[in-house]
Amino acid sequence: MSAAGQAVLSAPAVEPRRSAAGLWSDAFYRLRRDRTSIVALAVLALIVLLALGADALATSFFHESFTHQDLLESYDPPSLAKPSLWLGTDEIGRSQIVRLLYGARVSLAVGAGAGLIDLTVGIAIGLSSGYFRGWWDDLMQFLISTLNSIPALFLLLFISVLFSPGPVTIVAVIGFLTWSGIALYVRGQTFSLREREFVTAARVVGADDLRVMVRHILPNVLPLVIVLAAIDVGQAILIESALSYLGLGIDPPTPSWGNMLQNATQDLTLGPWLVWGPGLAISVTVLCLYLAGDGIRDALDPRLRGTE
Amino acid sequence: MAATFEKARSTATADSGKNLLQVSALTMHFPLTQGIIFQRQVGAVRAVDGIDFFVEKGETLGLVGESGCGKSTTGRAILQLYKPTAGSVRFEGTELTTLGGEQMRRMRRKMQMIFQDPYASLNPRMTVGNIIGEPIEVHHLASGKAKTERVQELLRIVGLNPYFTNRYPHEFSGGQRQRIGVARALAVEPEFIVADEPISALDVSIQAQIINLLEELQAKFQLTYLFIAHDLSVVRHISDRVAVMYLGKIVELSDRQELYEKPLHPYTQALLSAVPIPDPAIEQKRKRIILTGDVPSPVNPPTGCRFHTRCWKAQEICSEVDPEFIEHSPRHWAACHFPG
Repeated sequence: MSAAGQAVLSAPAVEPRRSAAGLWSDAFYRLRRDRTSIVALAVLALIVLLALGADALATSFFHESFTHQDLLESYDPPSLAKPSLWLGTDEIGRSQIVRLLYGARVSLAVGAGAGLIDLTVGIAIGLSSGYFRGWWDDLMQFLISTLNSIPALFLLLFISVLFSPGPVTIVAVIGFLTWSGIALYVRGQTFSLREREFVTAARVVGADDLRVMVRHILPNVLPLVIVLAAIDVGQAILIESALSYLGLGIDPPTPSWGNMLQNATQDLTLGPWLVWGPGLAISVTVLCLYLAGDGIRDALDPRLRGTE
Repeated sequence: MAATFEKARSTATADSGKNLLQVSALTMHFPLTQGIIFQRQVGAVRAVDGIDFFVEKGETLGLVGESGCGKSTTGRAILQLYKPTAGSVRFEGTELTTLGGEQMRRMRRKMQMIFQDPYASLNPRMTVGNIIGEPIEVHHLASGKAKTERVQELLRIVGLNPYFTNRYPHEFSGGQRQRIGVARALAVEPEFIVADEPISALDVSIQAQIINLLEELQAKFQLTYLFIAHDLSVVRHISDRVAVMYLGKIVELSDRQELYEKPLHPYTQALLSAVPIPDPAIEQKRKRIILTGDVPSPVNPPTGCRFHTRCWKAQEICSEVDPEFIEHSPRHWAACHFPG
């Protein structure tokens, strides 16, 4: 006991840290000090708030509904004359800024919904097939290779014939198209992580398979998966526009950033400003998602912990 | 082959009443397969090929041998981290090889492991508190404040500051990390610990600290160790009995004193002659046995005695008949046709 006792005495005095201990609370703590991520998250929150408040803003501030057409005002360039003209009007005189607000609803919902499916399905299948291997892994690999070898456009057409278009279908289809990337990444990481000694140590201690997967392997793959998911969300917003073009998307009067952009590219010579709104909105959203995902990844890595 | 195991088992299982762990004919073969869909086995790495030994309650059994001889595999097969190909492992009379997953999980409260690499064996994304608290949580030993206190007590026991609970593994040195690993193993109050080369990844200056810690803990908690190592002086220091492994077999097993003074197996003699003695006078005079050639592959081990390809005493019989593991003097077993 003497050596151990001495070791305690000679150990430098350390203050107990914040009472909260654990990867997630520590990550949150670190994230709060990361200015870039905070700004990115704030911008995302602002976009979400604007989308949620689209009705109120349209009636009380812009005095314009997103379906209101006025052929006399078609292709009005952006002007400060009145709020509804800030981003100009499209080919049938609809206020571009109001449509952008409503479009945010669809695009954000599709992005978030597809991202969620992407993450949960991708992680669940990647983790389980990488951990258990055997016939389950073979089956999933077969499924993923099959899915990936069919051209996406063909698959989209096929699905659009099978299912009636609608927001839920769109989210499901996009999630279905994107999960394989995350699943493959998680599977590969799980292959290497399951052989690591800390996983063996967890099994020695008595952890069951579920605990090993969720508590030991997942926290080690999650950080990069978050970044991948953030990219996939941006992808989902763009796929939605392609789907709308194919007729599987949102029905035309309802705007989405995707179909607005699609629309604008056809009238580029008459109203080049029509690209700005949805283009900028998509870029800013994807950029902020990426920055926030990056920040979360760093926050989840204890080794990058800065000064405290 | 089976007859050999049978005989060896009867000799190596002498006084089974005191035995905490009883290993009989333990075999661990890793299959080598070919083909993608229709896999067929083309051979096997015979990492452990039928070994018998017992561990008495409260003792330290040292397990030595070159790297690749199957020491670590033996330790892991005992803990059922690998499913043994054949043989039996009995712990306190319970056969482990046939236990179901859930029953084995419960058995892990009694048997723990300390790992070689203190960097790889701690999850980099878990705090020390969560690492040491995991066994407590898994076996529902304590929760909430009681758990925190238990973790702090464990940290104190292994000589670390109890306030370290919120830190991450990378903030510690190798020796400190190994102490964390020891604390995790102790958390369930085990009876038996497999120490798999617990000091070979550490600085020489730290090795003694960890050895002393392990000895103190053994005295304090009446622990039984299977101490796997390749450093003969360390094994001599810590073990009560020593088993020497060569290419998947135990070639000699005896009380420490006897083994170091009167080694029977030529391989043991060669190993011991390689240990430097910190006295220039003796060092100059002592005779070293230099083994020639490499360790044969465990995929295709030599016929007869596995050591015959490198043994200076080898005769014709050695390449034909696998020597039995016989008790040559009380509590001193060796597998050699020409012992002594």
